[in-house]
Amino acid sequence: MDEIRVLTPTGMLGYGFPEENFWKAMERKPHVIAVDSGSTDSGPQKLGNGSLTCSIEDYIRDISILLKAAHQDKIPLYISSAGGTGSNSQVDLFVKLVKEISNRNGYSFRIATIYADIDKSLIKQKIAKGQVSPCGPIAPLTDHDVDDAVTIVAQMGVEPYLEAMDNADIIISGRSYDPVPIAAMGIKHGFDAALCWHMGKIMECGGLCAGNAKDCIMGYLRRDAFVLEAFGEKSQCTRRSVAAHTLYEKTHPYYLAGPGGTLDVSSAIFEEIGENRVKVSNSSFIPADPYTIKLEGSKQVGFRSTFIAGMRDPLAISKIDDILDEITTSLRESFRDNDEFVDIIFHVYGKNGVMGEYEPQKVITSHELGIVAEAVAKSQETAQLICSKARIGLLHNKYEGRKATAGNVGFIFTPLEIPLGEVYQFNVYHLMEVEDPCACFPISYTKV
Amino acid sequence: MKTKNISELTSVLRSKNAGPLELTFDLIFSSKEIYDTVKASNVITRELIMELYQVSDDKIITFEYFDAAEALKITLVRPRPEASIGEIDMHGCQQHVPLLSIEIPFEE
Repeated sequence: MDEIRVLTPTGMLGYGFPEENFWKAMERKPHVIAVDSGSTDSGPQKLGNGSLTCSIEDYIRDISILLKAAHQDKIPLYISSAGGTGSNSQVDLFVKLVKEISNRNGYSFRIATIYADIDKSLIKQKIAKGQVSPCGPIAPLTDHDVDDAVTIVAQMGVEPYLEAMDNADIIISGRSYDPVPIAAMGIKHGFDAALCWHMGKIMECGGLCAGNAKDCIMGYLRRDAFVLEAFGEKSQCTRRSVAAHTLYEKTHPYYLAGPGGTLDVSSAIFEEIGENRVKVSNSSFIPADPYTIKLEGSKQVGFRSTFIAGMRDPLAISKIDDILDEITTSLRESFRDNDEFVDIIFHVYGKNGVMGEYEPQKVITSHELGIVAEAVAKSQETAQLICSKARIGLLHNKYEGRKATAGNVGFIFTPLEIPLGEVYQFNVYHLMEVEDPCACFPISYTKV
Repeated sequence: MKTKNISELTSVLRSKNAGPLELTFDLIFSSKEIYDTVKASNVITRELIMELYQVSDDKIITFEYFDAAEALKITLVRPRPEASIGEIDMHGCQQHVPLLSIEIPFEE
């Protein structure tokens, strides 16, 4: 086998893709359709409360097209990080959708599912053995953190896919390292690992390397290089756009670490070969020892309420810092003996609402300010209460020289205090050493 | 000495989260000539970043030129974990503004 053709329809399953481009790409006769559905990009609350990154309708729409293609051409379909966070329940949901759509259309497939939820007691054993370390600027993991996290998943490497692919037409996996479904077939057939991973790393964002993530990308994996092809008139797959792609959302421009090893693209060669195609070669891969998998988890840290208020009086605006300091001090004082109080924060748009401490412009020149309160407490009721007291304090603060004595801000909405529900925080983002890359990722098989 | 603003020299100048704990900045220069000039000028340094963002050196995780992409990447420890209490920019995509003040000496 000298060439493996992989089609990735979009950068994130559920975001959609132009059908016309997809069927054009299918004419290239891919060996496999591979797509990722997950990210930590939408924040910790999805891991915390189990919500999906896209709506069910979005997933049905995208999966229906992919199943039709897989059925017609009799090619496998690999979907990773099901549902966004890639938890077991989201994998189950995707399997359910696949079965429903298949039954409606008379498709039959062998399906492998690979779970990625990690057993908490296993993690604690590994912590005790010193086999868990931070994956970035975060404190070392404790048993307490493990208990607090709602669900903990780990990004699987390619090995579970290598095992599942022999007995399945469709693989639906939980949380996976993003390039895995794309790299899997190449690695299975002994293609150069660096090329497989590099191609996977670029293709997992769909057509983003050519300008549009919500579009298809074809990868032609060969023994000495891979070629990327973008579709659609607006796509522009250039040497620079492909080379620059590995920068996106990454810590380092040319070292990309993952389960099993680190991809080094510092010496990669990128060549434009016409017709929206770029050829890439000369990437390197450094296998890792020990093998580590990245754990992700989040814990609930409270409930929040907010109000949104506008300030226009120039004298009040000139005294905003003093006004808010006074309100904050007074609130902390009145909630001093209340264990439920967590915090009160004011976001001031027109001053430094977007950049906070990074804001280089220190002097307010705006004629109006937008003040968004963030009241945090252990219960929604207390968050509402803090928010309410803050609101009253802001509206009636008697700053020096005040003439507009009826009220200091204009509220936009009623209810004045708006409950926001639970707030979460990533508290698990750590690497765990494993002897067997498949042991934490159980595979099961079903049919439709 | 004539200078050009960094906006004129880049096709991309952005910030984004790199995972939930880090904030990364990409400056992708418009051509190899511009990239080489900027790199050689030594105007953009770790010290400049420390000053623009008012952070200590240990908050700078990456400061790296990448020739193949004609780009400079800088990664900082995120001021707070993503999307939790006190979040002001979920995706981290509006934090690039201090970089816009950078001027590079440039012969026409």
